[in-house]
Amino acid sequence: MFSLEGFLDLPLIWYALISTAVFLYVLLDGFDLGVGVLFPFAPTDQCRDTMMNSVAPFWDGNETWLVLGGGGLLAAFPLAYAVIMPAFYIPVIAMLLGLIFRGVAFEFRFKANQNTRWIWDYSFHFGSLAAAFMQGVIIGAFVQGVEVSGRSYAGGAFDWLNAYSLMTGAALVFGYALLGATWVVMKTDEQTQQWARMAAARVLGALVFFMVMVSVFMPVINADIRNLWFSLPNVFFLAPLPAISLILSVFIWRDLKEGSEYRPLLFSFGIFLTGYLGLAISMWPYLVPFDITFRQAAAAPASQSLLLVGTVVLLPVILGYMAYCYYIFRGKASAESGY
Amino acid sequence: MLENLDPVFLARVQFAFTVSFHIIFPSFTIGLASWLAVLEWRWLKTGKQVYADVYRMWVKIFAVTFGMGVVSGVVLSFQFGTNWSIFSDAGGNVIGPLLGYEVLTAFFLEASFLGIMLFGWNRVSPRLHFASTVIVAAGTLISAFWILSANSWMQTPAGFRVGEHGLLYPTDWLEVIFNPSFPYRFIHMVTAAYLTTAFTVAGIGAFYLWRKRHLACARVMLGMAMIMAVFVAPLQLLFGDMHGLNTFEHQPAKVAAMEGLWETTRGAPLILFGWPDQEAEITRYAVEIPKLSSLILTHSFDGEVRGLKAWPENERPPAAVVFWTFRIMVGLGLLMIATGVAALVLYFKKRLFDTRWFQYWCMALTPSGFVAVLAGWFVTEVGRQPWIVQGVLRTSDAVSPVIAQSVAISLAAFILVYLFVFGAGTYYILHLINKGPEDGEAVYGSHGMDQPPLVTDVARKKGDRYV
Ligand code: HDD
Ligand code: HEM
Ligand code: HEM
Repeated sequence: MFSLEGFLDLPLIWYALISTAVFLYVLLDGFDLGVGVLFPFAPTDQCRDTMMNSVAPFWDGNETWLVLGGGGLLAAFPLAYAVIMPAFYIPVIAMLLGLIFRGVAFEFRFKANQNTRWIWDYSFHFGSLAAAFMQGVIIGAFVQGVEVSGRSYAGGAFDWLNAYSLMTGAALVFGYALLGATWVVMKTDEQTQQWARMAAARVLGALVFFMVMVSVFMPVINADIRNLWFSLPNVFFLAPLPAISLILSVFIWRDLKEGSEYRPLLFSFGIFLTGYLGLAISMWPYLVPFDITFRQAAAAPASQSLLLVGTVVLLPVILGYMAYCYYIFRGKASAESGY
Repeated sequence: MLENLDPVFLARVQFAFTVSFHIIFPSFTIGLASWLAVLEWRWLKTGKQVYADVYRMWVKIFAVTFGMGVVSGVVLSFQFGTNWSIFSDAGGNVIGPLLGYEVLTAFFLEASFLGIMLFGWNRVSPRLHFASTVIVAAGTLISAFWILSANSWMQTPAGFRVGEHGLLYPTDWLEVIFNPSFPYRFIHMVTAAYLTTAFTVAGIGAFYLWRKRHLACARVMLGMAMIMAVFVAPLQLLFGDMHGLNTFEHQPAKVAAMEGLWETTRGAPLILFGWPDQEAEITRYAVEIPKLSSLILTHSFDGEVRGLKAWPENERPPAAVVFWTFRIMVGLGLLMIATGVAALVLYFKKRLFDTRWFQYWCMALTPSGFVAVLAGWFVTEVGRQPWIVQGVLRTSDAVSPVIAQSVAISLAAFILVYLFVFGAGTYYILHLINKGPEDGEAVYGSHGMDQPPLVTDVARKKGDRYV
């Protein structure tokens, strides 16, 4: 049977690919979920229309990275998929319901008449908020470890619920809100942009607070992570990560004041990148912390090989036409599409 | 009360509920996307405004339906893990790459070019816009290819072996992808989607004709839909028959349930109606045509057909559901063929567009495709029980270790949310239908906007192409 196992480290490659897909999801859907989080706070209905239009052509493509993350996990690491989904049953379902409410709002909002439009405004906002919060909760619970026995989840229905996971939930809401606000700064002008600059600055303040809290408490609740980060010589290699995100925050702050339109978004992506790297280093080599490594969860080499061929060929094509779509809809969004 | 619930049963109800809702949308969008591509092609080719008007009306309905298809589909891709984790673990090696390919080859394609199709008219050339419509249509078919391959593999598994822990390993990918029932299921399902769209469009065209509104557009709708009814509805009977013969070979217990046959018989009758009684192991009140079943299935008057009693009780599907949903599907299929015949007769009498009773008839059949699709899937899926992977893994062994309360509460949440959200979607679609095509005045492809969406300064400066 066809397999690339002989000359490639398939589990490692797939670990990298899935991590990249999830990271791209976080960045891309992050900004459009963030737009939803900020939605009701915009000053006028016209601003809201503009914000909605700025993400309408992209949200579906962005969300598809989540489907790739989920589907890819099933294909490349079925054991991890089979343990993680039941473990986070309630937050996953809540996230999905949130995604339903926000996803349909893009179409329904412009079909509804003036009297009922508010339903879909709130559906967009609370749907985005719930999805963002639940994703944060899942990450927070995930880093605390998942109880496994044999090949199945062995914990209870509410193991994911504790103060730390609620805090990471809030942190991710603010993180996405920052992406959303800086996206709006880039894609709009005049009143909407001014408001977004202000919103971005406020959200940034809250986010820095949460980043500090999360980083302080993560080593406290987990001794392995503490040892990993604070032992010599690791501390010298790892200390730059939090430092970089603080520096980036300062840059964003400055740019928001001084007026660059696209740098705040790029720097916000940078903050997410450092956070994500920190997470990946802390969890390495586990895919289900702290029981199943990515090697133990790997699918059969034949399965990983088959999908790898397709991925290597198709991923560049996909990235190409997605970039083309962003290019077609470049420039500032306007409120005028009573679609 | 919540303590006595059976998690397997709840997980099945939940999956059946969400997947049944989901399939309603694809079976419409697959057909609509292809039809929109044809309309846009006709428009570019002939320059006739009426095609543009019809396109513009239906692309809005397409957008709403597509949005609902996406959000309900995302739910499904996670439910394999939340509700059927043991199945995901055991079958992931085989089924995972198929779903992965669906994302890579179809979902990204659809999602990206949908943006251009809906919002891009003022930003790309007409040719490129047409190309986007074609790409979206192709994406829906590619998506159907992979997901039906995965589903067919669960019906007629091939190209794998069972390893330790009961994990399944692929041994031949071509056998996995092109498993025995896949070609039949793919053709039957795509045809079903085309018919579903055709009969919806026909019903609405007939509605306008009946109300004497939008006559030019209504003629295009009814006319094109009737071409499908005349040529494709009879083909579906043929495809369905071939599908059934293939099922007879690979899943004979399912066919016994469809036939309501309990005893293994030579010269088995075709039971038209009746009530299969699982306990008593007979089909009550049977109205039958002698020997016809044997003739259809074995092409001989006294060929042997195995009855349900040939399997131990715990390997029999629930016969009544399979029996009745099968009759609903085939009955609707026959009505569709009859519609095609009637349309042909009326066409030659030059009365196709002004025969009252035929307009009522078409309006009545508007939802027929959706009902037939759901009925067909119930035949297929319930007929596979008690297996999740036929002959390999039982449904009751595949369920996630999640407590019944969680499943019950999430099921209730799904029901409430789906009824509300998709109810609203249906309402908006009915609203769009009631409004009908806007004849002429708005810019083509702009969905009623005179101003292009998301105008860029860059684009404006570049010149007339965008204005
Ligand atoms: C790729 C896989 C796949 C696909 C394309 C479908 N299904 Fe399915 N279906 C399953 C995979 C599956 C499953 C995961 O295997 C279930 C859950 C329990 C079971 O036995 O099979 C199932 C169960 C299931 C049941 C419950 C049967 C029972 O438990 O008695 C129904 C009614 C349907 N499905 C209906 C559908 C519909 C309307 C589909 C159209 C989209 C559909 N299925 C596509
Ligand atoms: C039960 C198994 C199924 C799963 C897990 C599933 C999964 C999905 C997912 C995740 C999406 C959203 C993709 C996106 O983000 O754009 C989707 C949409 C879609 N699915 Fe399914 N699906 C299933 C059944 C089917 C079947 C049986 C068909 C057709 C024969 C089908 C055809 C489509 C199509 C055409 C779309 C595009 C959206 C639309 O047209 O409404 N799916 N599906
Ligand atoms: C006209 C006569 C028809 C016959 C003889 C027929 C036959 C069949 C059979 C035998 C199956 C079950 C196959 C299996 O599970 O192994 C099936 C499934 C199905 N049918 Fe039909 N069918 C007919 C018409 C229709 C129509 C008109 C539609 C919808 C518009 C439709 C939609 C479906 C669907 C969606 C399925 C489930 C997917 C599949 O297994 O292909 N059928 N059909």
